[in-house]
Amino acid sequence: MTTGIRTVADARQRAFEHPQVQDYWKAVDCGFAQVADVFEECIYDALTSLHKDEMAAYVEAARLLGKLGRGAEPMLVFLQEWPSVAQSVGPGALEPVVLFIKAMQKSPNGKAITPFLQTLAAVARRLQSAEQIENYLDVARELMVRTTGSIHGHHSTFPSPGLPHLFEQAPFLLNLLPLGGLKNWVDYGIRNYSHHPERQEEYFGLKLADSKAVMQRERRGTLFADVERQLDLYLRALWQDGDQLVPYSTAFDELRKPIPYFDSRGLRVPDVFEDAGQIGGIDRYRAVLAHMVGHRKWSTPQIADNWSPFQRMAVEFFEDCRIETLLCRAYPGLRRIFLALHPKPVEEACDPATTSCLRHRLAMLSRAFLDAAHGYRDAELNLVVARFHALLQDGPSNTAEMASLALAYVAKTRRQSDQLAKVHFDDTVIDYRDDNRHLWQFIEDSDDEDFFDDPDKKLAKESEIVGLPPRHYPEWDHHTKTYRPDWTSVYEALHPSGNPADIDKLLEKHAALAKQLKRLLDLLKPQDKVRIRYQEEGSELDLDVALRALVDFKGGATPDPRINMSHRTDGRNIAVMLLVDQSESLHQKVGAGETAQSILELSQEAVSLLAWAIDRLGDPLAIAGFHSNTRHEVRYQHIKGFSERWDDTVKARVAAMDAGYSTRMGAALRHAGHYLGARKADKRILLVLTDGEPADIDVTDPEHLRADTKKAVEELDTKGITTFCLSLDPKADEYVREIFGNRFRVLDRIERLPEQLPMLYLSLTK
Amino acid sequence: MDKTQYLVKQEPFYQAQGKEVALYEAAYAAKLPVMVKGPTGCGKSRFVEYMAWKLQRPLITVACNEDMTASDLVGRYLLEANGTRWLDGPLTTAARIGAICYLDEIVEARQDTTVVIHPLTDHRRVLPLDKKGELVEAHPDFQLVISYNPGYQSLMKDLKQSTKQRFTAFDFDYPAPELETLILTKETGLAEGTAAKLVKIGQVGRNLKGHGLDEGISTRLLVYAATLIKRGVDAQDACRMALVRPITDDADIRATLDHAIDTTFV
Ligand SMILES: Nc1ncnc2c1ncn2[C@@H]1O[C@H](COP(=O)(O)OP(=O)(O)O)[C@@H](O)[C@H]1O
Ligand SMILES: [Mg+2]
Repeated sequence: MTTGIRTVADARQRAFEHPQVQDYWKAVDCGFAQVADVFEECIYDALTSLHKDEMAAYVEAARLLGKLGRGAEPMLVFLQEWPSVAQSVGPGALEPVVLFIKAMQKSPNGKAITPFLQTLAAVARRLQSAEQIENYLDVARELMVRTTGSIHGHHSTFPSPGLPHLFEQAPFLLNLLPLGGLKNWVDYGIRNYSHHPERQEEYFGLKLADSKAVMQRERRGTLFADVERQLDLYLRALWQDGDQLVPYSTAFDELRKPIPYFDSRGLRVPDVFEDAGQIGGIDRYRAVLAHMVGHRKWSTPQIADNWSPFQRMAVEFFEDCRIETLLCRAYPGLRRIFLALHPKPVEEACDPATTSCLRHRLAMLSRAFLDAAHGYRDAELNLVVARFHALLQDGPSNTAEMASLALAYVAKTRRQSDQLAKVHFDDTVIDYRDDNRHLWQFIEDSDDEDFFDDPDKKLAKESEIVGLPPRHYPEWDHHTKTYRPDWTSVYEALHPSGNPADIDKLLEKHAALAKQLKRLLDLLKPQDKVRIRYQEEGSELDLDVALRALVDFKGGATPDPRINMSHRTDGRNIAVMLLVDQSESLHQKVGAGETAQSILELSQEAVSLLAWAIDRLGDPLAIAGFHSNTRHEVRYQHIKGFSERWDDTVKARVAAMDAGYSTRMGAALRHAGHYLGARKADKRILLVLTDGEPADIDVTDPEHLRADTKKAVEELDTKGITTFCLSLDPKADEYVREIFGNRFRVLDRIERLPEQLPMLYLSLTK
Repeated sequence: MDKTQYLVKQEPFYQAQGKEVALYEAAYAAKLPVMVKGPTGCGKSRFVEYMAWKLQRPLITVACNEDMTASDLVGRYLLEANGTRWLDGPLTTAARIGAICYLDEIVEARQDTTVVIHPLTDHRRVLPLDKKGELVEAHPDFQLVISYNPGYQSLMKDLKQSTKQRFTAFDFDYPAPELETLILTKETGLAEGTAAKLVKIGQVGRNLKGHGLDEGISTRLLVYAATLIKRGVDAQDACRMALVRPITDDADIRATLDHAIDTTFV
């Protein structure tokens, strides 16, 4: 574009290549040239995390932000940030966010909209669920309502002085505090500074001593975000469960405190746990996870329709105890943790004359099931405890058995007063147990909606393949155990070029790392001449050894005949091919706030560093990218050839790397193998960098492309090519070993890719 | 040459995991070269030792390393006061006397060293001693066995396809829990209950393979821990010392394994 002032009409009439983008542009009805400039990019970005119907809401929200009369900024920020927010917390957060923006606009706080949107993505990454975002909005709304226009009794004319500051500080604060802590911190600010606009600004800008002090005070307990990796490892190592962990906040719903649960989206746990007596926060998390994992292993859902709420409650208590008994069998030390967290109801604490005591009876029973030293005297209780243990004596028993035991117990101990409204709650809440929603099936109102993935979710850019005619490769059909001949068409093309200076900038950013690598490289670098000692025949006498041998000889011992040394030029004779997955999913963002980067950008950095390092080392390296759009169109993009140096031409291609479409890996591997196989080298290595499993839109059976890729790896192996996969998919375990055998590594921290890729290469070829 | 010095005198304790004993006997009867694959410390060497005992064949073991040359396997001339004398290397000795020659961790050796075994592994069954000008024909009882850990994360340390293609292979892995427990009790005399707990910790560690651990906790390390416990060391200390500290410095992984230990031994 040329410089100069563009008129409003210009922007509205901006033409976009892709018809869908053009439609969206029309829909946002926007006259800002700044927005037009980045619009296409935003849409592509959004398409990686939003469904088609969610796109409409996204565009509509953007349109609304353009009409606020606050210039281009709110809309611009929203367009850029929202996909990343949706990525962290799901698209469900859009509605409350839009409502909140409308509320700000209606009050005099419209100026705070931009700061709000600017940090929302970082906040979302920390909060990790839509519910938590709503809680965050509640906190902000409270501040807004209570500090707007209240100065000297004026009527809603002044904006809240603290609000924009809160938004600015939110990512920082949420790194240290749970949401409940943030709420308390905000409440304190409202209480003490609602009448001092300047002080209020300072408080919320974290410039006052007491705003820091209150923040410190709220920093207690173990934050989920800080122990997430440990909890992941715990699940995996002790229970072989690799499910997602999703945090929620406990500070908001005063009436119905949320309790842990699990559903198809993962295991839900509180965002913070304070120590409970001697049990630290981390062990409380472990107790919660163990309990839920136990249900997943051993519980079966029951039909709930015919049972009363009391009966269901009893069944839950019994089943929970069975689960925990089994958990303690696996790890006996868990009992100490469970018992320390489990209340110890006092036997006579509940008066059945005035109070409903069923909960109390069940909680005592629960204690007694787990604690041999419970000391309760009630005969009925002791009878049931004995039955419980008898059922579990020779095996895990099952949910149905527990249910009948529980129902019998309830029937036998039933009292009129159980129906009373006043319920005894003290010492009956066992807070590491989940809400047992998984235990019940209601036949009546089952709503089994069928969701299906819309294959058109992704926009197909029109194909503009120019270049060589396609090469055809077979694909392995694991059902028939035969190849489908010439099944895939691989189009090879020269990767487009960008600005090589961008890559130099990236490398500069990693100057420290480059220095560290350089040191390692120098160690690995083939010295022109390497001395080989202990040779019987060699080009030179090795004096040290010869002398030693002579001494041995004179002393009558057998001398070592290997007294020569020779030289050889270093045997490092390796050819490497780096095959980079350039599928759509690489647009995903990693990291938080300012430093957030897409996997694509990280891959570019990693590829650059690796190419730079290997160039210094002198191993011949080729680089290619691939993606696919059905078997008819596997694209293989040449980025660097073995004989090309790491120079501006190659850098320019790396700079232009982009992502789109799917991952038909087998075809790409075979094509890469075709080149690598032609190299003369002792060692031929094919490194694959990918963020997911093989997939393509014309394949519905996920096993198919996996099996094909595995086959391709085997084919390469017989050609003497070693394939190694670096996977960025934390869920890769389920398939990566199946495909690559032992030759893979899963990178749990994607943001460290730029440093890890070259390090991996160096360690693999040491 | 005194063959008997290479005989395995006492029956080594070996717990079979499957049909490997019978299969090995068949391979030996046909004098096929054997490769035993598997992670570190899963019982590969113990198996070979046991088979040598069972077949009553001499066993010559060579622990391979990077500095090893072909002469170290084949033999060399030595200087003596009045001239030189040829000394057979272990491979040559084994070929002459009809021993089982076991090249342990073969990938540690350089590839130019490993090629000397090739002529012994095909139908010729010969070993040329180039320097000596002799062609040794292998004794009919001679057999070549190599061990190899495919889990090595260095691509440099892999066997050439042309080498691999010369062997029949056993794929070993860490034994199933009941078997591994049995191994620990028989090997160290530890009580079954405690042994089962150790095995459980082993399993926990193996679940983290690929998530910060390159290899899990080996049977060998479990035997170490069992030995320490048997000698009166506190079980939790023994586990930390033998199972956790050697394999990782990652704080999160340590915390997780420590928790498994604390909740398993109470
Ligand atoms: N199947 C088995 N039977 C008996 N002992 C075993 C078995 N598997 C492993 N062990 C024990 O584990 C230790 C390590 O086994 P080893 O054969 O040295 O491992 P590798 O050669 O696979 O590295 C042995 O010393 C032995 O104590
Ligand atoms: Mg992908």
